[in-house]
Amino acid sequence: MRKNDFDVIIVGAGPAGLAAGYVLAKEGISVAIIERGIFPGSKNVMGGIFYRSSLDDLIPDFYKEAPIERHIVEQKIWLLSEDSMFSTGIKSEKYNVEPYNCFSIFRAKFDKWFAKKVADASAMIINETVVKDLILDGDRVIGVKTDRPNGDLYCDVVIAADGVNSFLTKSLGLRKKITTNNVALALKEIIELPDKVINDRFGVSGSSEGVTIEITGPYFDKMRAIGFVYTNRNSLSLGLGVVTEDMVKLKINPNDLLEKFKSHPAIKPLINGGETKEYMAHLIPEGGYYSMPKLYSNGFMVVGDAAMLVNSIHREGANLAIESGKFAARTYIEAKKIGDFSQKTLSSYQKKLEDSFVLRDLKTYKNLPKLLEEKQYLISKYPKFIIDAMYEMYNVDKVSKSEKIKLIMNKAKKELGYFNILKDVFSVWRDFR
Amino acid sequence: MRIEDKLYLIGYNIDEEESHLGVSDPEECKKCLGRPCTYICPAGVYSYDDEEGKLSINYDACVECGTCRIVCSYITWRYPRGGFGVQYKFG
Repeated sequence: MRKNDFDVIIVGAGPAGLAAGYVLAKEGISVAIIERGIFPGSKNVMGGIFYRSSLDDLIPDFYKEAPIERHIVEQKIWLLSEDSMFSTGIKSEKYNVEPYNCFSIFRAKFDKWFAKKVADASAMIINETVVKDLILDGDRVIGVKTDRPNGDLYCDVVIAADGVNSFLTKSLGLRKKITTNNVALALKEIIELPDKVINDRFGVSGSSEGVTIEITGPYFDKMRAIGFVYTNRNSLSLGLGVVTEDMVKLKINPNDLLEKFKSHPAIKPLINGGETKEYMAHLIPEGGYYSMPKLYSNGFMVVGDAAMLVNSIHREGANLAIESGKFAARTYIEAKKIGDFSQKTLSSYQKKLEDSFVLRDLKTYKNLPKLLEEKQYLISKYPKFIIDAMYEMYNVDKVSKSEKIKLIMNKAKKELGYFNILKDVFSVWRDFR
Repeated sequence: MRIEDKLYLIGYNIDEEESHLGVSDPEECKKCLGRPCTYICPAGVYSYDDEEGKLSINYDACVECGTCRIVCSYITWRYPRGGFGVQYKFG
């Protein structure tokens, strides 16, 4: 019988792969994580907000030693039009006490640190190596082919943490071709500014406190788009994500859109005087629950972005990736006890995800991608109405307040239609009840 | 800021020997309506030369997002060889 090189081979050293590797290595399982970059994190991109709780289970108080930028004390939502901005949000001292809710981070630095912890737990991290294909025995995955000479490696189970483009999941036929409706193209710039300038502009009292702004509204006309500004210690992460289908249809060049966004009167003062240090792009799997692949096969499990585990409306992805990595690892540990790595045994991975907040949340929003595909105007027309109404109410021009209310109601009737509003309320209620 | 200046800020380890991007059937580019790859790529990798009737692919600027392969089924896309390609400092 052929000898295994490792018990488990994980493809991809992002949050999902590293979390799985950490759990397995801590249990004394022999595990290799194969990463195509020069170091873990070197090809990884996120908006920049990392929630604490999922990783805290694995490495308690990790934030005290990990490379984090700021803990977030205020989260804002902006509705943007060409010339106006309506702001809402939550700032709380409860966010300002340890152990903190979330942080701004840089993935290239954070993942490198996380990978070191995983290596210290005795997982082997193999950098600069691409997994070209799976090795199959019948319908059972038994290893991977890499682009190294004599690079075939054998194992009990392969965990695919190979990101949104997951070729491994596709090669097994576990998912269909990714459509332009299922992914958003996200762009980001790191814009350097002195920390004191950031503190002043964002109204925080120290360089460890941070603010996030999520931005949508009629400014992104006909696009399912979200812009964002996050504070790092000495820089801002500024970017936007747009469903790829909308960019193709409107023939939009992403960098042109980003440049225009940076010049908006509400954005420009935030970044004024800043120097762009890095530019990056990445696909975000935003298709939600219905776009997920089958999550397991014989000797195979899928985690993180490869499994399309992103809750776009709540800006959660890395934490879901970590949860999925933990569940896949625990599933392997159970399977090893009975020496059976068939899909019947590994199906408990799916069960674990279903029982957790990960798939509960994705199920809650399962109809959202379809709803916004059909009714993009929900995130443009209604925000526009709010912006216009607010502007009107604060604009003193000798028109009486009762007349203003009448004007606003007439506007709602004309631009949205009372019956259409009822229909929209109903469809949102139906999709999220 | 022009895209050229932004790409200049990114670290790359360029594979001088082989391109990881290609087109499976160049004839399709001639017929293609709109040529989305030429405007959708966030790194401006693709441009179309009307005189030569040919897509030009500047693979060393690629940031490996995969958008082009989602948009066009004739683009052949694989990861650069191990250790090559984009190398972010922040990410």
